[in-house]
Amino acid sequence: MRPLKEIFHEADYPDLLVGLEVADDAAVYRINDEVAIIQTTDFFTPIVDDPYAYGAIAAANAMSDVYAMGGQVVLALNIAAFPADMDEAIIRAILRGGAEKVKEAGGVIAGGHTIDDEEPKYGLAVMGIVHPDRIATKGGARPGDVLLLTKPLGVGIITTAFKADAAEQAHVEAATRSMMQLNKYAAEAMQGGEFHAATDITGFSLLGHAYEMAEKSGARLRFRFDDLPFHPGAKEYAELLLFPGGANRNQAAYEQHVRFAPRLQYEMQLLLFTPETSGGLLIAMPPGEVEGFLARCAERGQKAWLVGDVVAGAGIEVL
Amino acid sequence: MAKIVDARGLACPQPVILTRDALKETKEVITIVDNETARANVTRLAEKTGATVKVEQKEDGIYLHITQELTAHAEPSPSAAGAPAGGPLVLVIPSEIMGRGDEELGNILIRGFFHTLGEVEPLPDKIIFFNSGVKLVIENSPVLEDLQALAARGVEILACGTCLGHYGLTEQVAVGEVSNMYTIAETLLGAGRVVSL
Repeated sequence: MRPLKEIFHEADYPDLLVGLEVADDAAVYRINDEVAIIQTTDFFTPIVDDPYAYGAIAAANAMSDVYAMGGQVVLALNIAAFPADMDEAIIRAILRGGAEKVKEAGGVIAGGHTIDDEEPKYGLAVMGIVHPDRIATKGGARPGDVLLLTKPLGVGIITTAFKADAAEQAHVEAATRSMMQLNKYAAEAMQGGEFHAATDITGFSLLGHAYEMAEKSGARLRFRFDDLPFHPGAKEYAELLLFPGGANRNQAAYEQHVRFAPRLQYEMQLLLFTPETSGGLLIAMPPGEVEGFLARCAERGQKAWLVGDVVAGAGIEVL
Repeated sequence: MAKIVDARGLACPQPVILTRDALKETKEVITIVDNETARANVTRLAEKTGATVKVEQKEDGIYLHITQELTAHAEPSPSAAGAPAGGPLVLVIPSEIMGRGDEELGNILIRGFFHTLGEVEPLPDKIIFFNSGVKLVIENSPVLEDLQALAARGVEILACGTCLGHYGLTEQVAVGEVSNMYTIAETLLGAGRVVSL
């Protein structure tokens, strides 16, 4: 971001509501008093064997930033790289997985760009819209708020264990379904009531993204470990130390800001630093909003867990 | 002869997996890694299997000398250092002072004890106060702030209701919950480890 800030000065772009100085999950640009557009992009290399699931996960992950800003998806473009000799049927399956997710999101894929590359890559550039008064940034959490999480944790360690041939098929399947799930329903449930802040849980792990929320909100986030939901297998693989390198990188980057209850040992701490892919939304809202939020989630078949609260102070605490 | 696992250049979790597989075959393994993350995770894994690890930093890598001294193949236990395996760690406080003898000294010690408790591991899961120990959970208790901090960190604090009644302090409880003998007995019998002062 630094080179961008040297060239673009926020004051010159009054309609850029979120982007340079206040980086968030996606950029937001005001068109008028009723509409702001949300712009984001994400793509990555395959993380599951099934090409259709890979395409769907990459699309759900790319669109997640729109939902984390409280928006809805309008338009998407494919971004892809495939080896020149890759089987056409596999490429079609990846693109179909992505397209069907965008359709489910209520958006449309109107084109894209593909290049030759040795390792496959797929994702989307996505445009969404949101009312300028209803943008969900990371910076609004207030002491007294409660924290809700809309997907279980652990897909990062499960997919790593899978790549090492050490994961049970049932665990991989559950994690895959979770990564394919859109954050659309959680975002809709959030927009049905009052909320203060939101972000999605991806590569910087629960604690990394939570720390960004704490820092931008000028408050302290407290999680209760026993209330955090995990996919089946995640804790098991953590006890076997099957962590991806990214877990330790996140730990090194954020652990100075996190205080753990002494009973939480190395493995469970590192699990909360493990990168997630297409994770859920972490939402801060006043306690009085929880009942309505959970009811709107239930109407949409969306799960959500009450995982902590916001207090005065700074940083993160895991009790 | 030690089996050598050269895990240099391999990304996590490969060094962990190769070391684990080697430890299934032999009690002595030397794993060579080239980064701090692999060192931390391989060492942790080895120690969980009951092995000792000596770290040797060489120019061409970090050599982890792993020796399983106990019966081989202790299963990795989810609760490694400290925490009791079977159930919660319960701390029992039967008196408002620590130890028998000089009362003034006992007062100083109990304050020091609760102050230190928040800084050592493992944190108890539950603390039970009975007899004159219940005087520590009321308003004006010299250790109230420390107990409140422990409670905020998830430590369950139980005070004997009969004892509070005996001292006429039931209305003054300032931290934790008033409990009964049924719960206290059940907690003690269900504990993984009980530590009494």
